[in-house]
Amino acid sequence: MAETLATHPGTPLGPEAHGAAAEHGEKRRDFLTLVTGAFAVVGAGAIAWPFIHSLNPSRDVLALSTTEVDLAPIQVGQAVTVVWRGKPVFVRHRTPQEIAAAREVNLAELRDPQPDERRVIKPEWLVMVGVCTHLGCVPLGQKPTDPKGEYGGWFCPCHGSHYDTSGRIRKGPAPANLAVPPYAFISDTQIRIG
Amino acid sequence: MRRPLLTLAAALGAALLAAAPAPLRAAEEAIALPNTRFSFEGLFGTFDRASAQRGLQVYMEVCANCHSLRQLYYRNLTALGLSDAEVRAIAATVQVQDGPNDEGQMFERPGRPSDRFRSPFPNEKAARAANNGALPPDLSVIVKAREGGADYIYALLTGYSDPPPGVEVMQGMHYNRYFPGHQIAMAPPLNAGQVSFHDGTQATVEQMARDVTTFLAWAAEPELEERRALGVKIVLFLTVLGGLVYAVKRKIWADVH
Amino acid sequence: MASGLHQSDFRNPVVRWIDARLPVFTLLQKEYGTFPTPRNFNYLWNFGALAMVNLLIMIATGVFLAMHYTPHVNHAFDSVERIMRDVNYGWLLRYVHANGASMFFIVVYVHIWRGLYYGSYKAPRELLWMLGVVIFLLMMATAFMGYVLPWGQMSFWGATVITNLFSAIPLVGDSIVTWLWGGFSVDNPTLNRFFSLHYLLPFVIVGVVFLHVAALHVTGSNNPLGIDPKGPQDTVPFHPYYTAKDSVGLVAYLAVFAILVFFFPNMLGHPDNYTPANPLVTPPHIVPEWYFLPYYAILRAVPNKLGGVVLMFGSILILFVLPWLDTSPVRSMRFRPLARIALFLWTVAFFVLLYCGAKPPEGIYVWLARFATAYYFAYFLVILPLLGRFERTLPLPESISRPVLRGGGPLPAVAAAKPMEKA
Repeated sequence: MAETLATHPGTPLGPEAHGAAAEHGEKRRDFLTLVTGAFAVVGAGAIAWPFIHSLNPSRDVLALSTTEVDLAPIQVGQAVTVVWRGKPVFVRHRTPQEIAAAREVNLAELRDPQPDERRVIKPEWLVMVGVCTHLGCVPLGQKPTDPKGEYGGWFCPCHGSHYDTSGRIRKGPAPANLAVPPYAFISDTQIRIG
Repeated sequence: MRRPLLTLAAALGAALLAAAPAPLRAAEEAIALPNTRFSFEGLFGTFDRASAQRGLQVYMEVCANCHSLRQLYYRNLTALGLSDAEVRAIAATVQVQDGPNDEGQMFERPGRPSDRFRSPFPNEKAARAANNGALPPDLSVIVKAREGGADYIYALLTGYSDPPPGVEVMQGMHYNRYFPGHQIAMAPPLNAGQVSFHDGTQATVEQMARDVTTFLAWAAEPELEERRALGVKIVLFLTVLGGLVYAVKRKIWADVH
Repeated sequence: MASGLHQSDFRNPVVRWIDARLPVFTLLQKEYGTFPTPRNFNYLWNFGALAMVNLLIMIATGVFLAMHYTPHVNHAFDSVERIMRDVNYGWLLRYVHANGASMFFIVVYVHIWRGLYYGSYKAPRELLWMLGVVIFLLMMATAFMGYVLPWGQMSFWGATVITNLFSAIPLVGDSIVTWLWGGFSVDNPTLNRFFSLHYLLPFVIVGVVFLHVAALHVTGSNNPLGIDPKGPQDTVPFHPYYTAKDSVGLVAYLAVFAILVFFFPNMLGHPDNYTPANPLVTPPHIVPEWYFLPYYAILRAVPNKLGGVVLMFGSILILFVLPWLDTSPVRSMRFRPLARIALFLWTVAFFVLLYCGAKPPEGIYVWLARFATAYYFAYFLVILPLLGRFERTLPLPESISRPVLRGGGPLPAVAAAKPMEKA
């Protein structure tokens, strides 16, 4: 059996070695191979989808994507932070002065022009996703002792973005205002976010 | 030339049959189960929605007093054809524990669709204490967890009778033809007329057993219909692809054979 | 071309540029393109490629399942149910993975059996064969630990029983079992380490598969005649001939796989594994997964703890020395009338053991298992060594392209000069 290695053939017998016999029907093979290849590629693509889709939010995650907040205990001037989809949501009971300050601004000065009226449902309740639009840090300004930035709203300590009392970007690197999540008042003192 | 391959294929087939554990091994001891025709049987069966909804009612009004169904959420019920509002209403009939609140206290609130089905007992010890030491099993995957599957569940629910002469039934146990050992701690759960179905169906023991079994089969395999539908497409695709690949292979090998 | 670069034959400039610096395309072309392969494979030769595909399917589904699975005794069962119910296509990933284990063993058993029938373990392929046995052992370990992860009743009790096998080792057995468990029973530490190893071992398998294939490409493939190719007329290039033939087998395999996954996903599983693990209640019949049943039957056939464990492991380890137990110079059993019968009986014994493994260890089943066990070992230890000496083998063909004529005997040399002749 030792000769196995030695006698192993060096040159293979390729299709071309069969000469003219192979030429006949070459066209049909090409078309057939093309169709079969296309089928196989479609199949492989279809196989990829379940894998990709399995990484999208699952049904239990989607089911929890609403959060209800009771507003009754929040005094004027106070703010609370609630969790919605794993992110902090700022709920601020604004004072009349804060509302006035937010509405007096000349929109032309803003980087991301948006009137305060379009950012709230009821003027005294400001609800925003507390994630800086720059690189995702959580701005300061919820606690009374927090720095609130130069415009009396929020200040992001990561890269120094300043937001006003309507959560609009006024200074610093962030490109856009703090986002307002979809929410609705389900009663006078209760909102549902999401 | 092909003989070894054929022999091996036959042997493998026989082995798979021998190894297919569930039905064959069950047949050794237990009495043969009555063959109940369920809507979801066969290669293309689907869940009878009306039956499963009645089964849900049987579960909620009867079984849920002792048996949990903790892998299910109320939101899952939309798959049985219930509307969002109906699901919300069903969820709201139970009080679930939530918390801690801002004072650090746990509190009760009405259920929401995103809650799990409420379990009747807080833990296993409490369940045993309330049931003379027997643990009512969770029913989420009970149809997959018993040899005989849905047929067995149906048979068990309808298999209560007086013990045959000479058979002594222990204190607190009940005679059931289909339970392994024939003595089961669960008292006959279904009694005729126990539930009044909204759709006017007569609530016989057999009807309730069939409905609740359909519901539990759905609970165990909610993906069943989607799975079979996808399976049909994939097998068809592979059949066509198989034909094409075989033709290509024949073509390529034509000059060698 | 600058010195030190590989001389590439590819025309495409990008391929050529890469190939000159890292000749992967040349390697692929050589090993899977023009690789000269015996022209007479039957469909049993598909199963090596199928095993490779199966391994990749297991790794792909396993990696994605691991993204959703929680290896903790309090959460494992629920996290598997969450995969089945809430994760998008989670049921598909899990059923493919669970049934993929069964498919893998079917494919590998056929692959091994093909090697037994056609003498693929004989010189010069001994190391190739032994690497295969290593892969098989790694597969078994991986499958066993994977079955523990859903933390059902069979997971828990299977883990308990199998790890307890090591307590049969004299003196240090109990210490070893405690070490395996990381505690005094199968518990959370056990589950955690099993998960880690279940994730690791498949990649070790990939490494050994690479060696297995590398060794194969040194010796070249065996073939149904068991004789070596004598020249180009006996071989065809791997591509397109065997890529096409393997594709046929692949689609058939996928069809069987799909029917199992989509229509009978729990047929090969055990209902008890849908009951969460309970360390206080043993199920009335503990059985391993079907692919372990023959070895389980051997274990139970021996009325002695240590003896049973030794025979069980011995039944696989014996494959390592098979190349030296079978002394016959003829590879293919097509030319070994007695060995062929002996191997078919061995196959029957294997299935008898598989059957007995699923039955309670009492009465007729114990005796059946004992006879089958005795024959299983006798085949390797007695029959093959003796047959090598006394068996009259049939005359071998001259070459692959010239099958033997009726009556046998060497063919005139002129036959080899006509390579275009139909095979």
